[in-house]
Amino acid sequence: MKAKIYVTLKPSVLDPQGKAIHHAVETIGYRGIADVRQGKYFEVTLDEALSTEEARAAVERMAHDVLANPVIEDYRVELDSESAS
Amino acid sequence: MKFGVVVFPGSNCDHDTYHVISKVIGQPVDFIWHRQSTLNDCDAVILPGGFSYGDYLRTGAIARFSPVMGAVKEFAGRGGLVLGICNGFQILCEAGLLPGALLRNANLKFICEHVNMRVETTDTPFTNRCQRGQVLSVPIAHGDGNYYCDAATLAELQRDNRIIFRYADANSHVTKEANPNGSLDNIAGICNRERNVLGLMPHPERASEMLLSSQDGRIVFFSLADTLAELAKAS
Repeated sequence: MKAKIYVTLKPSVLDPQGKAIHHAVETIGYRGIADVRQGKYFEVTLDEALSTEEARAAVERMAHDVLANPVIEDYRVELDSESAS
Repeated sequence: MKFGVVVFPGSNCDHDTYHVISKVIGQPVDFIWHRQSTLNDCDAVILPGGFSYGDYLRTGAIARFSPVMGAVKEFAGRGGLVLGICNGFQILCEAGLLPGALLRNANLKFICEHVNMRVETTDTPFTNRCQRGQVLSVPIAHGDGNYYCDAATLAELQRDNRIIFRYADANSHVTKEANPNGSLDNIAGICNRERNVLGLMPHPERASEMLLSSQDGRIVFFSLADTLAELAKAS
């Protein structure tokens, strides 16, 4: 089973890296880009013995405690076993 | 009295801090390896600057799970004095011992330069030798020093006089131009509610001898030593 975790800065937190990327793509000539926000993406492989519920609970906990800092970041967890069903 | 300097893999100001405590302040000091689960009976603990765990994931995000951090939390919880400098400040925020977080510098640059920080209050164990409004010339060296917290937390920090240092100009004016990294409200250092845990981005240990062009930073360590001496006398 695989989990995908997306970590993004909260909307209220400024993202200077996203701004720099936005500026760069505009300079290169890409049109119609209104905004760019940079985040992090993790792929986690889970022990096959875990049920989907156990896996989700484990990954949610890990995302909250380690992968994201809830003071400045939001996260979203996707499990491939859930999307397949 | 005894000071402890915690050493994480990737700490690089541990020896500077040790040197200042032992040679400039003239007090006993121990290194505390991050795998330790006790603090060697130290009376004050310093989390030094550096790049613990290579700053992987986020600054301080992995160091805060080191075994020693359990002991640091317990120590802070019973009123022990904890000072986090630069990466140490980042670790204290990640560990939840201080509120908020340190974001990437607004200009996206790693900034290594002397700045002026204004002492906002002398009501802490770390600034009791200072004058309110005193300007200290101390270097910064960080890529992620842009302090951020939500509006409610900022209001609480302001109300309770917990912003201890602000970036200012040489005349003690807090201005936008004096803010090197985009930090909220020019915050350079804050303390916890109980005032026994302080984190700051500037490096007082790198400005404690005239050989290094400023000795303004030593007042932080002298304040700490004074506090410990008072506590020892009282007990």
